[in-house]
Amino acid sequence: MTDHTVKSYDEELAHLTGIIARMGGLAEAQFTSALHSLVKRDDELASRVVAGDQRIDEMDHEVQSFAVRLLALRQPMAADLRLIVSAMNISGEIERVADYAANLAKRALILNHLPASVPVAGVARLAELVRSVLKDILDAYIERDVEKAIRVWSRDEEVDAMYNGVFKELIDRMTEDSGAITASTHLLFIAKNIERIGDHATNIAETLHFQIVGTPPQGERPKGNTVGVPQ
Amino acid sequence: MTHFLPEGTVKIAAQNLGVFYGEKQALHAINLDIRAGEVTALIGPSGCGKSTFLRCINRMNDMVDGARVEGSLTLDGNDIYDRGIDVVQLRARVGMVFQKPNPFPKSIYDNVAYGPRIHGMAKDQTELDEIVMNSLEKAGLLGEVEDRLSESGTSLSGGQQQRLCIARAIAVSPEIILMDEPCSALDPIATAKVEELIDELRENFTIVIVTHSMQQAARVSQRTAFFHLGKVVEMGDTEQIFTNPQHTLTQGYITGRFG
Repeated sequence: MTDHTVKSYDEELAHLTGIIARMGGLAEAQFTSALHSLVKRDDELASRVVAGDQRIDEMDHEVQSFAVRLLALRQPMAADLRLIVSAMNISGEIERVADYAANLAKRALILNHLPASVPVAGVARLAELVRSVLKDILDAYIERDVEKAIRVWSRDEEVDAMYNGVFKELIDRMTEDSGAITASTHLLFIAKNIERIGDHATNIAETLHFQIVGTPPQGERPKGNTVGVPQ
Repeated sequence: MTHFLPEGTVKIAAQNLGVFYGEKQALHAINLDIRAGEVTALIGPSGCGKSTFLRCINRMNDMVDGARVEGSLTLDGNDIYDRGIDVVQLRARVGMVFQKPNPFPKSIYDNVAYGPRIHGMAKDQTELDEIVMNSLEKAGLLGEVEDRLSESGTSLSGGQQQRLCIARAIAVSPEIILMDEPCSALDPIATAKVEELIDELRENFTIVIVTHSMQQAARVSQRTAFFHLGKVVEMGDTEQIFTNPQHTLTQGYITGRFG
């Protein structure tokens, strides 16, 4: 699209999307570090993730107040309006993703001090999948790539299927060995939170579609079952 | 009143309407429907033809030397440019409010009574009083002027003058009111009053408004047409035009990116 007649308006919109891009990158890094702290039983890294969440909360506030300022001062229309409203929305989604990453790190701090009786490989695989979904949607945001957003949107089913596998594994583990219940329960919450991160990536995809095209994605999103019970 | 059409019926229809000022073509093959009981906003950059279109509806362009119209423009299915049309009668059916308030240098009362008098709409003074009071009431001005109806219309504030002009326009019971940037000379409070009035008038009149204020078009109209270089680029529900325009030119104009 061509530039605005008023150049400072372009700069302000770029500033807004810039904060979101940085925020997204930070949330992705938080998620990755949280996962490493779990897999490598690294307390120091986990603590850093917990402390790092505050920065993302601040950025979310920055996005919200800057967007309100733009709405008041520029009275945006059409694509500009959609970009600003979407920024507020997407910023909120990223903030939630970061919250789940921080929660994962907090649980890692507990798990690190329990005997390593329950393998974390299943959770790590799920996290790897969700991490690639999250990365794709953040790339799609920066590149304004609606096709990529739709691909992310339709991948949620894959996440749900893998989550159900992990869920079942952990239940089996608890059934076999009552000594593994504490660790397994924490891992169960972690798996659920990772699955939620996938949901937030899907929400971002929907908002991005609206931002670019002006309508939500068409049709029913392919949905898996997320209650952990085979259908 | 027999001219009442259900909301949404086509009141004015332009088909392949072209307008020339001498050699210069100001409008190219306009196809546009204006629906009864709705406010239609015409937006677009200066010189895009929106005012020319507006002025076709009550044949104001007839007064411009060398102006020529082709194609068809109908009001309730009857050709506005038919030879048999009485232009004075047409303008009684299609009232107009201008950019700058232009009250006659007469009393407030006489400003509003002027139209009904020349059209012989009142059989006696009581009826004329009724029409004047009614029109001032509908224009939201009565409360502010009822104790000084004999004072000059020009003694009012700009915003009051504009509402006086609206009262004058509705005094002859038109079906359509054309407004050519009616608020561009008014402060925000007076503008808000006129906009509030437009919303109320919609119940009884079909309104076509030309405005340079995108926010105003968004606030007062149900349908919006975007004009560019003498053509209608896009016409649609106001909400759609301002949130999700389909044409890149519309998008460029309303977001302030016009090159």
